[in-house]
Amino acid sequence: MIQIKNLHKSYKMGASSLHVLKGINFEVEEGELVAIMGSSGSGKSTLLNILGMLDVADEGEYILDQVPIKDLNETKAAKYRNKFLGFVFQSFNLINYKSALENVALPLYYQGIPRKERQLLAMDYLDRVGLKDWATHLPSELSGGQKQRVAIARAMASRPKVLLADEPTGALDTKTSYEVMDLIQKINQEGKTILVVTHEQDIAKMCKRIVLLKDGVIIEDKKVKQVLASSHVE
Amino acid sequence: MLNRDRWREIFETISKNKLRTFLSGFTVALGIFIFIILFGLGNGLKNTFQEFFLDDASNAIFLYPGKTSMPYKGFKANRRIEFDNEDLQDVKENFPMFTEYVTPRISRSALTRYKNESNSYTTRAVAPGHQFVEKTILMKGRYINEKDIEKKTKSAVIGRLVAKDLFKSEDPLGKYIDIGSTVFKVIGVFQDDGGDNEERFIYIPYTTRQLLEKSNDKIQQLIVTFPKEMGHAGAVAFENSLKKYFKEKKSIDPKDPNGIYIQNLTDDLKQSQQFAVVLQLIVSFVGLGTLIAGIIGISNIMVFVVKERTKELGIRKALGATPRSVIQMILQESVFITAISGYVGLFLGILLLKNIGLSLEDYFIKNPFIDFGTALAATVVLILFGAIAGYIPAKRASRIKPIVALRDE
Repeated sequence: MIQIKNLHKSYKMGASSLHVLKGINFEVEEGELVAIMGSSGSGKSTLLNILGMLDVADEGEYILDQVPIKDLNETKAAKYRNKFLGFVFQSFNLINYKSALENVALPLYYQGIPRKERQLLAMDYLDRVGLKDWATHLPSELSGGQKQRVAIARAMASRPKVLLADEPTGALDTKTSYEVMDLIQKINQEGKTILVVTHEQDIAKMCKRIVLLKDGVIIEDKKVKQVLASSHVE
Repeated sequence: MLNRDRWREIFETISKNKLRTFLSGFTVALGIFIFIILFGLGNGLKNTFQEFFLDDASNAIFLYPGKTSMPYKGFKANRRIEFDNEDLQDVKENFPMFTEYVTPRISRSALTRYKNESNSYTTRAVAPGHQFVEKTILMKGRYINEKDIEKKTKSAVIGRLVAKDLFKSEDPLGKYIDIGSTVFKVIGVFQDDGGDNEERFIYIPYTTRQLLEKSNDKIQQLIVTFPKEMGHAGAVAFENSLKKYFKEKKSIDPKDPNGIYIQNLTDDLKQSQQFAVVLQLIVSFVGLGTLIAGIIGISNIMVFVVKERTKELGIRKALGATPRSVIQMILQESVFITAISGYVGLFLGILLLKNIGLSLEDYFIKNPFIDFGTALAATVVLILFGAIAGYIPAKRASRIKPIVALRDE
């Protein structure tokens, strides 16, 4: 699903430049649930941003679902993002004046799907994350866990190839974190490819594979026995 | 532009961000409103001015006799100069090329009576040419004519307000009124753009007045009109030769500043016109200033709006919004709000101007108005600048990478 070869990225910091990614090579198969771990500054968020086409690599190859991702301008990147990717952020990033339903329907709006159909689909995804009854509520009326579930529903609504989650449980308490991870695992079981950036061991252990980054290179890449989040949730 | 879904998205954004919508709309509406009010009031001031200063003929020279202040040719100083009918004839004969009308004016105040109504009015004894000096407009009947002068008829042309005061709703034509114990027949009623005072005069033949005053031939004031084609320079030259002619005829020292006074209306006209130009400049300046203030206001609001929405735009981009759709959304929204509120401001401004219409006449503002073209052009300019002011930050926002916009504070 994802192939990355010799990926380099550096940021200009005034006169000097900071080499963040120093030649990353890795592949992700369809249906995998991968945790990308590393301490702060290891380059894990940068890697996710490049995978998400929110940022561009300086050097290297990136192939997503057999499509080489290169020569991206903003318009093209926006179209690929809409078509291939779903995002889940640490701070949810819901639009605060739109209801839960409208937030979920937004990526469908940019796909050009008619309004009626859009709302039916969005309601369906809200139902899947268990928030059908909260459809008309504004984000400010939802708890943190509910917000993240709305964000996951939104990421799923555009039927992406890959789901990218950047510290999805970073702003949540342990119990809520496990609920969210339970949801992510269920989505994965349905066959969706998911990449999760995290620095929490227990969250990483709920994935099927852990990639450890340090100083811009992968130092460890191992398959693990998945811990089911549902075992922590009553 | 005609995409229904996009409009729906915009209406939703507008209706759910009421404060923001209100702020930008209010700025535009207020800008247009103030522009229209100030421009209208300026125009009202101009109207009053024109009515005050430009109502009479501008091609007239007034001559008044005075008292000499210098001895000359054996005459002592302090001698009173007088005009008489001969002077009238002499002007006509000596300056045939330069004169259109020559008319005397003898003003007297007299108690005027009709049946039980009476009031004191100023009576002006004049020749037919006087009608052109004052730009008197006849509503009914006729003006003094040559026959009246010749036969010294007791005919009177009365002002509209005289007719209203004395006759109420009765038709004054052909009725007899008593002016200072002499009975005159009303032959005409006139109106004058110069205001109420001008419509309280009574005109009679100057020969009749002279007959009533012991058959003298004295003239209080001489008014000469000249062809407009002579222009300002020609008028000044004519004024000087008239002065020279009369000083010689009446044996007044050429250096004597008194003796004869001359008032040339072209001087006034020139000054008035200059003043009118200055007034127009001030009105335009105020209008332009208001418009610029409005443009700055809407620009500030747009910058603020885009800044406030940076995060939202970042989310939209991460979800697949293209830079073009981001710019389009912001522009369409801002143009829509400014157009609607600009129209509201336009409507309210014109409505207010219409309503205050005549109530400010005491403050020298008459019939304030703004022509619809100017008002509309101002609105369009404001909308256009609102769009440009929105485009620049929108363009910048559309270029911001989503990760930058989404970065947690």
